[in-house]
Amino acid sequence: MIPVAFDYAAPTTIDEALDSLAAAGERDVKVLGGGQSLLPVLRMRLAAPELLVDLSRVAELRGVRDDGDAIVLGAMTTHDEVVRDPLVRQHALLLSAAAATVADPQVRHRGTFGGNLVHCDPAGDMPAAALALDAQMVVAGHAGRRTVEAADFFEDLFQSAVHDGELLVEVRVPKHTGWGAHYEKFQRVAQAWSIVGVAATVRAEGDTIVEAKVGLTNMGATPVRARAVEEALVGQPASDEAVRAAAARAAEGTDPPTDANADADYRRHLAGVLTRRAVLAAAGTA
Amino acid sequence: MTAEAQAPESRELGRPRRRKEDQRLITGRTRWTDNISLPGMLHLAVLRSPLAHARLERVDVSAARQAPGVVAAFTGTDFAEDFGSLPTAWTVSEDLKVPPHFPVTRDEVRYVGDAVAVVVATSRAAAVDALEAIDVSYAELPAVVDMTAALADDSPLVHTDLGTNRCFSYHEDHGDYEATKARAEVVLRRRYVNQRLIPNAMEPRSVVVDPTATDQFTIWSATQVPHFVRIFLSLVVGVPEHRIRVIAPDVGGGFGSKLDVYAEEALCLALARRLGKPVKWTATRSEDYLATIHGRDLIEDVEITAMRDGRMLGLKVELLSDMGAYLQLLTPSIALLGRYMYPAIYKFEAHSFDCVGVFTTKTPTDAYRGAGRPEATFLIERAVDDLAAELGIDALELRRRNWIRHEEFPFTTVAGLTYDSGNYEAATARATELFDYDGLRREQSERRERNDSVQLGIGVSTYTEMCGLAPSRWLADTGYAAGGWERATVRLTPLGKAEVVIGTSPHGQGHATTFSQVAADALGVAFDDVEVVVNDTATVPWGLDTYGSRSLVVGGTAIQQAAEKVVEQARVLAAHLLEADVSDVEFDSGTFRVRGTDASKTIQELAFASFGAHSLPEGSEPLLDAHATVDPETFSYPHGTHLCAVEVDTETGASHIRSYVCVDDVGTVVNPLVVEGQVHGGVAQGIAQALYEHGMYDSDGNLTTGTLVDYLVPGAPDLPSFVTDRTETPSTTNPLGVKGVGEAGAIASTPAVVNAVVDALRPYGVTDIEMPCTPQRVWRAVQGGRAGETAEQDQHWPEDVQSGGLPTDRGAQ
Repeated sequence: MIPVAFDYAAPTTIDEALDSLAAAGERDVKVLGGGQSLLPVLRMRLAAPELLVDLSRVAELRGVRDDGDAIVLGAMTTHDEVVRDPLVRQHALLLSAAAATVADPQVRHRGTFGGNLVHCDPAGDMPAAALALDAQMVVAGHAGRRTVEAADFFEDLFQSAVHDGELLVEVRVPKHTGWGAHYEKFQRVAQAWSIVGVAATVRAEGDTIVEAKVGLTNMGATPVRARAVEEALVGQPASDEAVRAAAARAAEGTDPPTDANADADYRRHLAGVLTRRAVLAAAGTA
Repeated sequence: MTAEAQAPESRELGRPRRRKEDQRLITGRTRWTDNISLPGMLHLAVLRSPLAHARLERVDVSAARQAPGVVAAFTGTDFAEDFGSLPTAWTVSEDLKVPPHFPVTRDEVRYVGDAVAVVVATSRAAAVDALEAIDVSYAELPAVVDMTAALADDSPLVHTDLGTNRCFSYHEDHGDYEATKARAEVVLRRRYVNQRLIPNAMEPRSVVVDPTATDQFTIWSATQVPHFVRIFLSLVVGVPEHRIRVIAPDVGGGFGSKLDVYAEEALCLALARRLGKPVKWTATRSEDYLATIHGRDLIEDVEITAMRDGRMLGLKVELLSDMGAYLQLLTPSIALLGRYMYPAIYKFEAHSFDCVGVFTTKTPTDAYRGAGRPEATFLIERAVDDLAAELGIDALELRRRNWIRHEEFPFTTVAGLTYDSGNYEAATARATELFDYDGLRREQSERRERNDSVQLGIGVSTYTEMCGLAPSRWLADTGYAAGGWERATVRLTPLGKAEVVIGTSPHGQGHATTFSQVAADALGVAFDDVEVVVNDTATVPWGLDTYGSRSLVVGGTAIQQAAEKVVEQARVLAAHLLEADVSDVEFDSGTFRVRGTDASKTIQELAFASFGAHSLPEGSEPLLDAHATVDPETFSYPHGTHLCAVEVDTETGASHIRSYVCVDDVGTVVNPLVVEGQVHGGVAQGIAQALYEHGMYDSDGNLTTGTLVDYLVPGAPDLPSFVTDRTETPSTTNPLGVKGVGEAGAIASTPAVVNAVVDALRPYGVTDIEMPCTPQRVWRAVQGGRAGETAEQDQHWPEDVQSGGLPTDRGAQ
């Protein structure tokens, strides 16, 4: 309920924020985005950082812009903004679909896209969508900026490629204009985390799927691409039968956890069912 | 001078009044215990055991005492002179074992959350910070998590001194069950698990104690039972009863979890006495999960003997009830409270009942919405649906062949309770009509025939329950320490307003509204002219508080009777002032009139005249003011028919409630909106048990569902729209004709939902899904993952009628 006492910095620019991180030296520091994951952890005293760097006043971290063949989302863009933003809906519909399933309206108005990615919760919804869309994460540090491919960004359970002294500042998402998209989330109550989630986006010509990208949530320590499904779908009709056959391969190569909600074998089964539903919905044929 | 008041527009009984309380509650213009802040107030924080079972080798609070802001820190042994053991009020059997239960443990910790030491500081943050400076050395002992294992000879003991984990054994026979078995054509045997639940009142527990003078204290507590708290804290802490005032300000829900006297209440009182300053403690949600009582947690074995035509003969019930580590106020009584309700609405010839209470190293259990009756209703309504399926008889038809027909009331059941009234046929007819029972059965057949991946199941629950706790003599016979009466005072103020002082203690039920309606009709005053005074032992000196759907049945009756006494006082005064004979004065809608004349006085005029006392009849006293104390002679028996249709996605195991219809008979309805709200909330809680909620422990005794992330309380998106309706068969045992509605929804709905899930899967050979019916459990059942267990349970069906005994030997000490 009451966090251990900490120092607090509220920078207004990215450079100031990086200065705050650099000045922290050896101290245990946490970056505060929307706080939807961090604050409960602090209040239950599961973490006790000595310094919090609050990004909520850094205006340049917010918003979505068009950048030619990609759209760029600021790391502090809220889930609700991702749900509603016209550029996202036009060019990266999958992100909007996934964000719409995050928790409840209060959380979506506070929680941020970038925070969700950096947090690397295996049951978080946005990483699988970002992975499926081949997003590129722009990470800033005192040495400058570097770009990390989504495939390399989610390193392990609760561990991203953003290291000490760095910030995720923006996410470049290649335009998937005209792609159908659907995020199929399986959970026990509306506000609960995903037991399994499937992020699917599909480009079709006529009735034929010509390209498909599928990301899986909570099928391992990090989000995974269902590559076998993607390959099997290419050239197939968006029919129940064809998609069912492809989706049956969803769990190939995954190592899902066993927890109170689901054993690993049940998760593997769910991945197949949910992938079929997600792909069919994405293709607009559900 | 004439008192002004509105004349009532019409009768209040039956009007859907919006709740008087809601504007204040919704807009936050209210006061919860945690809002109370007093000059010089100190804050209590409690160090809780992270282990389920351990001996305390050392508890060192010296460093905590030096921490910033800390005023004092204490271990359990420091309190040896401050208080005794926390109370248990219900001696359910002669062999009941009551282990010492100190607010801070002295020798061992016996569940995760058991209090080890406390800190008092000038701020809450300082108190919480200082807990980390307390040095505790634990010698770990084995956890005792599973009830069946706990009863084995070689089980580790929760309380070594008791020599057993068996808290009590209880047996009761009505009729000759074995004789019914000898002639039965079929015997149904089932084991149902009624899982542990965490009550989750919206407001966590909270207490503030103010030492107002030497050995005089005002206590604010988020409690359902301020009068109990006063009595028991006096006994536990040794402050004389008349030096304690307990106030329950606005209380944000309880569901039974605040029907208790808790360690922190005793601690704050003892600390306020020691330190001479106000002391506050408020639970965090996580603390509430560990240190507020849990509910249910029973293993329920049942046998029903029957004939092939569906006639049910005998009912045998054997329960294991998990006490947790200690006995709270009512812990051992909860499973037993339901013992007369297992035969429910059915005409059994014999009923055999066994219950064993078991200590485990888990949070104590106690009353949770329904307290004993949901456990009974779940067992009997699940079993009747199962029997119907096995006999190939429609679930409703099987009930019709066995239930008490409306013309048979009053009816004494095999368990010895006399149900005064009811009409199961009418409620069921209305429910099936609203539900489109036949149409849904057709759809079910069609889905089965085409092997649809989404199967439809229909679940029935024709429940009854006993409300109106309780006749004092009945309570005495069952070993309860107190009575079950209720006390009301009704008085008219000088300007003709009515004040109703009532000893039931609202915490969300809408008492101010409902009781205003009762009093307004009885006195002939306007609804808005009634003030309901509650929740403070100084202004409401007598009362037995709120639980067991008793407030309207017992308290409402007391209000009605006190109001009638006031009317009679006023009638005498009216006759005097109007120079008429008392027998000639008629009373209607707030006006006293001399029969056959225009001469009249309003009750407001009489209130002022009585206050002025200028001219009173011979021998009468000033003021219109009367009380009534009602001790009910018997219980009331609400009933109803709940029907649930569930779509089960056999690919994922997800269960989706397609429609939910309930027709409840709660007798006369004072306020339909309040009743509707109670039904909605209760049904939601019952559905939650069926599908979502489960307080789980690992084998080391850790609560693994310790937050709202893991303990799944459904929200509005997870629940269907409820279709509700009522039949009204008035109770004949109280003058209002009311029966109580606070628990009905929670009692009725759980078996309806589980029956529906199981019904959907019967073609797959499924006969049970353990609660909560999680997607994984349902999916595994569909996959036949449990086929072995299911087949084994059924193997003696239907020819084998030999005595089964128990799956585990409960006779072993």
